[in-house]
Amino acid sequence: MTSVSIKDLSLNFGEVKVLKTLNLDIGDGEFLVLLGPSGCGKSTLLNCIAGLLDVSEGQIFIKGRNVTWEEPKDRGIGMVFQSYALYPQMTVEGNLAFGLKNARVPKDEIDRRIARAAEVLQIEPLLKRKPAQLSGGQRQRVAIGRALVRDVDVFLFDEPLSNLDAKLRAELRVEIKRLHHRLKNTMIYVTHDQIEALTLADRIAIMRNGIIQQLASPHEIYNKPVNLYVAGFMGSPGMNFLEGAFAPQGASELSFGVTRVPLERYPFVSDERPGKVIFGIRPEHVTCGPAAESEPFNTEVEIEVVEPMGADTLVWAILDGREFRFRVDGQSQLREGDRVRIGFDPAKASIFDAATELRL
Amino acid sequence: MAADRKPSQLFRNLNAKVAAIPMILTACVVFVGGTLWTITYSFTNSKLLPRETFVGLEQYERLWSSNKWLISIENLFIYGVLSLIFSLVIGFLLAALLDQKIRFENTFRTIFLYPFALSFIVTGLVWQWILNPDFGIQKVVRNLGWENFTFDPLYNAEIVIYGVLIAGLWQGTGLVMCLMLAGLRGIDEDIWKASRVDGIPKWKTYLLIVIPMMRPVFITTLVIIASGIVKLYDLIVAQTGGGPGIASEVPAKYVYDAMFLSQNLGQGFAGSTMMLLTVLIVLIPWAYLEFGGKKHG
Amino acid sequence: MVDLSAPTSAPLATAPSRTEAGPSGRKPRRSISRANIFLYGTLIVFALYYLLPLYVMIVTSLKGMPEIRMGNIFSPPMEITFEPWAKAWSTACTGLNCDGLSRGFWNSVQILIPSVVLSIAVASVNGYALANWRFKGADTFFTILIFGAFIPYQVMLYPIVILLREMGLYGSLTGLVLVHTVFGMPILTLLFRNYFTSMPEELFKAARVDGAGFWGIYFKIMLPMSLPIFVVAIILQVTGIWNDFLFGVIYTRPDLYPMTVQLNNIVNSVQGVKEYNVNMAATILTGLVPLTIYFISGKLFVRGIAAGAVKG
Repeated sequence: MTSVSIKDLSLNFGEVKVLKTLNLDIGDGEFLVLLGPSGCGKSTLLNCIAGLLDVSEGQIFIKGRNVTWEEPKDRGIGMVFQSYALYPQMTVEGNLAFGLKNARVPKDEIDRRIARAAEVLQIEPLLKRKPAQLSGGQRQRVAIGRALVRDVDVFLFDEPLSNLDAKLRAELRVEIKRLHHRLKNTMIYVTHDQIEALTLADRIAIMRNGIIQQLASPHEIYNKPVNLYVAGFMGSPGMNFLEGAFAPQGASELSFGVTRVPLERYPFVSDERPGKVIFGIRPEHVTCGPAAESEPFNTEVEIEVVEPMGADTLVWAILDGREFRFRVDGQSQLREGDRVRIGFDPAKASIFDAATELRL
Repeated sequence: MAADRKPSQLFRNLNAKVAAIPMILTACVVFVGGTLWTITYSFTNSKLLPRETFVGLEQYERLWSSNKWLISIENLFIYGVLSLIFSLVIGFLLAALLDQKIRFENTFRTIFLYPFALSFIVTGLVWQWILNPDFGIQKVVRNLGWENFTFDPLYNAEIVIYGVLIAGLWQGTGLVMCLMLAGLRGIDEDIWKASRVDGIPKWKTYLLIVIPMMRPVFITTLVIIASGIVKLYDLIVAQTGGGPGIASEVPAKYVYDAMFLSQNLGQGFAGSTMMLLTVLIVLIPWAYLEFGGKKHG
Repeated sequence: MVDLSAPTSAPLATAPSRTEAGPSGRKPRRSISRANIFLYGTLIVFALYYLLPLYVMIVTSLKGMPEIRMGNIFSPPMEITFEPWAKAWSTACTGLNCDGLSRGFWNSVQILIPSVVLSIAVASVNGYALANWRFKGADTFFTILIFGAFIPYQVMLYPIVILLREMGLYGSLTGLVLVHTVFGMPILTLLFRNYFTSMPEELFKAARVDGAGFWGIYFKIMLPMSLPIFVVAIILQVTGIWNDFLFGVIYTRPDLYPMTVQLNNIVNSVQGVKEYNVNMAATILTGLVPLTIYFISGKLFVRGIAAGAVKG
């Protein structure tokens, strides 16, 4: 059963097309993350779902009901904002109750819902305080609480953790995940942070210029990016991209410079075999040292720079005259200037048409 | 060492100190010195020239028993209170209307603010003309058929101050609107979104959420309007000349007249000291709220 | 024009539309809703109130006296005459002399230019010193200065008379220029100080490391980078000084009166027959300088008063 369904949705600001004929179905209880760089239209899409922006074309269904022309309050949604947007002169309790009072929900019902939200979010001791007396993390809990008390099916999060420092962000991330497990609501979550997206999402929609590039599980997005953009956007440090060409006698080998990579194990998704391709392999899919010998492809590289990052170490090397990054264990003793053997399984790689940038 | 350091302290940053001399002179000699001088001489019986014959509170007693001064204070009070209320209400209303993503926002804003560019003299003279009973609004309405229509605030001692108020509001509300609009634009967009998701009507959002959030803007605006009101002088001179009779006198004019027309310096000093006192009554609580509070918070 | 050709670009392989019956696309809005009528109605009523005086001024100034006596002040002139404008400019009487507003205009120009230049020069250097070269006691003087902006002028009027008299400047244009410089100082210093404080401090530090001194940094780095704030300050000062009445009437002699004083004397002079058309022409003429500045500068004017007011 779909919870939120977006059909042929477009939004124009004057001449500028912000969203271009979007289609998206979000299942009941699904956690969907809209991911993309700033200006890709992800927040705009969320605002359209919320009813805060009028769409130019298309329809929005929530719980099978056409809500395209409905006011936000009637759509059965709750929303959490980046800047928390708490009403500063009201107590936490007042913030939670304000919308309900206005909707003339009976007093005891309001109290019941606030008590439940406060319990779920562990903000009981804060109820009598004002937002100014709370920390960033506490404020965001209250903001989530305000969505919670509305007793709705769909939660919308607009970059809720962006204003918090790294440590708090990690804590609240887990908190939100727990919340989702407990409430089993549909949640739509906008972020530009890929870690948040990968950790939270059931499915991720990567957006660029008002178009959804790929809609898939985090695993698939990470391992099988549909195009060069998605491949480059996901992962940090980013995927290695090497320009190359298929060997003349068919597509069983890929060559760049003097290096040849066997492609027998690569799962092609397309029958196209263009002249120029881009070969991508993630730094963490590269093995190094004696273990590399057993990989379908291996070669020797010279190490240029070593960046120890604690848990692991990023190594910058030269492969056939090109820059090549790979990741090794944090305890590794590699040094600049060393020559080491590296290898990888082409099954884990991605190959893109250099012209269309689509996965092959 | 210690001996070396003393002079170097004085000459360190010498250029900056030289550059600050005009400020120091202005602050100390004109603002502090002038104020203290005036306060001191308000206790003398200075007439045409300042004299050092101290007479205690005599000038103040005369001041507060002078009909003209009492009328001045009453006028200032009426004008002040009404002008504060109306300019805040109208200014906020206009700002809120302009903030509705309307068309021609710039045109409307330009129209509402242009009187602020004009002097009080110009303002006073225009409204003197419009409110002229023989040619202005009263005449026009009478010509339309209401023979007994009366609207002659500038010739009626009872309501003359309201005639001045109309002109004053015309000149000054644009500024208030501008400040309020800046305040409204400073409100986090997400607050509006949150209140829409909560289903709170717009007027209620303004009243219960936005206006309380704009408290600092309101206080600052209040102080600006109030300190302007106390200085009210040019408008009266141009629009009514204090008349009819002495019905639209204000303290600033009383002070000017005493000092420069009727050679009664002592009265002028006493009057201006009272004006200073009025301003301090407004200013000190504000300064306490604005700057005193921050140190603790 | 009728387009007879077939659609030039049929979309390639259009996916079948997923939309269903029911509300779709932009929510229909009536442009004439009750909310809009209230919104625009209120704005238009207020706009009329604000525009009325300007309209009346212009209309009246273009009528002859007989028409004014006959008609109503809102009706447009039947016969346009520029006589009142000419008279207001060159022959209207103040009771003392009969050379119209022109004398006041030139007096105002002579007051305006040195006052604006001097006040801005002093305040900008001062604001720069306060922002970047803080010295002990600077904040104390600055606080006094800012509080001074709220003190009613009346308290300081007479002491300044004495000061100017001691310097031999009482009744001269130079004296008035000094007065404008003094009273413009709080707001301008604040304006410049805040602006210079908001500039990246690294810039100032880099210049000092490069060996530039107080004046070097001011002229070579701060000045070229702060053109907008200078424009704001000029707008603020030109309108403020042009519109001044009180200082003009107190610190100058009748033959040096600025335009506002001259205007008031012409209009409110008790002698002779009232010539309302001449009065209104004179009023417009006096308002013309600040109005021109206002309409040309637009957003900067707003910024100027907001900067001057909010932080004042």
